Amino acid sequence: MPAITLATLKTGDIATIVSIHAEEALHQRLLALGFRTERRIELIRKASFGGPLQVRIGTTDILLRRTEAAKIRVRKT
Amino acid sequence: MKRVALLGMPNTGKSTLFNRMTGGAARVGNWPGITVELLSGKILLGSDMVEVIDLPGIYDLHGFSDDEQVVRHFLHDNVPDLSLVILNATQIERQMSLLLQLKQLNMNIVVLLNMSDEAKKYGISIDSKKMSELLEMPVLQLSGKYGTGYQAALQAVTRALRYPTPGMAENLRSQLEQDEHIETEMARVLKHAVQIPARLPSNLTEKLDGVMLHPWLGLPIFFGIMYLLFQGIFFFGQPLQTGIADLLTWLRETAIAPSLSGLPPVLQGLLLDGIYNGVATVAAFVPIIVLFFLLMAIVEDSGYLSRAAFLMDALMARMGLDGRGFVMLLMGFGCNVPALMGTRVMRSRSMRLLTMLVIPFSLCSARLQVFVFITAALFSAKAAPLVLFSLYMFSFAAAILTALLFKGQFANSEPFVLELPPYRFPTARQMMLRGWLEVSQFLRRASTFIIAGVVLVWLLTHLPFSAVPAGPDTLSGMIGSLLHPFFAPIGINEQLTIALIFGFVAKEIVIGSLAVIYGLTGSSLGSALAQQLDWVQAYSFMLFTLIYTPCLSAIATLKSESKSNSFTLFAIGWSLALAWLVSFIFYQCARALGY
Repeated sequence: MPAITLATLKTGDIATIVSIHAEEALHQRLLALGFRTERRIELIRKASFGGPLQVRIGTTDILLRRTEAAKIRVRKT
Repeated sequence: MKRVALLGMPNTGKSTLFNRMTGGAARVGNWPGITVELLSGKILLGSDMVEVIDLPGIYDLHGFSDDEQVVRHFLHDNVPDLSLVILNATQIERQMSLLLQLKQLNMNIVVLLNMSDEAKKYGISIDSKKMSELLEMPVLQLSGKYGTGYQAALQAVTRALRYPTPGMAENLRSQLEQDEHIETEMARVLKHAVQIPARLPSNLTEKLDGVMLHPWLGLPIFFGIMYLLFQGIFFFGQPLQTGIADLLTWLRETAIAPSLSGLPPVLQGLLLDGIYNGVATVAAFVPIIVLFFLLMAIVEDSGYLSRAAFLMDALMARMGLDGRGFVMLLMGFGCNVPALMGTRVMRSRSMRLLTMLVIPFSLCSARLQVFVFITAALFSAKAAPLVLFSLYMFSFAAAILTALLFKGQFANSEPFVLELPPYRFPTARQMMLRGWLEVSQFLRRASTFIIAGVVLVWLLTHLPFSAVPAGPDTLSGMIGSLLHPFFAPIGINEQLTIALIFGFVAKEIVIGSLAVIYGLTGSSLGSALAQQLDWVQAYSFMLFTLIYTPCLSAIATLKSESKSNSFTLFAIGWSLALAWLVSFIFYQCARALGY
């Protein structure tokens, strides 16, 4: 099965975080915002013209760019 | 004096609480070990004066963002007697990690669970007594906005301050590395003390976002809001600005000028046209800055600024900026000064500097006055709107070009991962405090610089006193002829060069200075300009005016916000170079084409 990342999800998809492949600064920030393996993540919406994504983890809504989302591997649930 | 540090993640209502505690009596100050300034205020708690410090909101004590380093260095070099840790109760399951990191430092801590009323709406229930037992520190629930629980919190702080400060661990860094312990401890506390429903009930924020962030409607709504903001500032600001100017003129004519009439005319000129006009220049910015930040407080505190970042990021990311920079850039079209101050919402220094480099190219309302006058004098009524429109295009192009050229030099290391807070009603108190704080900072930092600059330009245009003011024999006239070989290739004559020196102070006085230089006013000045200049020269002059340094106040703000002389000089130098280059290319091409 090909690896899917947060960036490949569609609006409304719900997934589980499998792994995070980010450099240290980004990794720390993601951890602090609640990105951890096995956490449930929902793609709320995508901005037009290739803009950022809005995702929800727990009670927090987070904006991140697609380049950063591509570093987060997920499994659809 | 004992020190209380306010700590917490962004969007926890930390600053609201700080403002409530210090009641607007906060001051900006420097601290050992860190290079940024922090807000602090002294308050009476129990029978002792205590200093409360508002630290920047951080996600993680290990982090590498600018703010996270500031907090770490602050704690290291200025160990507080008490840390007041504010957690957003609606996001407790995530925010707990920061608290446990701080707990490991063995600090004296009081925990405040803010927004407990909002958490209840989400169905999140927190047993603060149980949590207090598990954490072994006082935990209090609070609604910073409505003030419930506030008195109890103050009492807890007073009580906690009676105990001596436990020592803080020597090796901060190694202490901070114990992630795993934090995670298990977090799970334990959450499991026993907090209940969160599996799926949150959809609420007003979600419904609002459905419209505000709509794929097609989002951008038109964004531009609509920006337009209203812009109109709001100038609808209310311009009459206030005129009112202040009229008041100062009245004061000058009825009180100050008569009382100085005994002095020699040169000294009168220096005091009135130099120093007093400098004060008037500073005063003119006050209403605009207050209004700008009143309205920006609404945009920011309501949570819309993050939405604007979402909508505009696709475009701005290509220029090395982020969506929030776009809001400031747009606001710069009203007035560059508050827009430059507003870049403080960006937490990454390099991105902030890049945004500050770009904002001065926004065609502000002061420059517009100059262009309206000149286009009216030199262009037909049919061509005038096109000329103005083309200048706006040049303004955008200069900003984009600058961002693209320098995004490498100001490469941003901070990832664009932002929290999207729920919509909130900003409180009137918060807005007023913001406006007041910003304007007092502007006055404290920029006023001497601006007044000194106005006096300097007055001296340049009046020394030696035997010469006709602003005439060819004054220092400014000499500078004008000295610079002539420089300005001749872009079609700007010596009189206009002197006007550009005036324009360095403020664009509002360019037309006034031309009136002094030519000894004519109003429509007769217009026709004199039309006789002396052709449209190519006039357009070249307008291009130069558009792109070179906006005004002395903008420079003073650049300097005080960047705290870097070299950056300020670079910003001035680059805008002068670009202005000359653009005017040169335009002028020479137009002449080569036979115009």
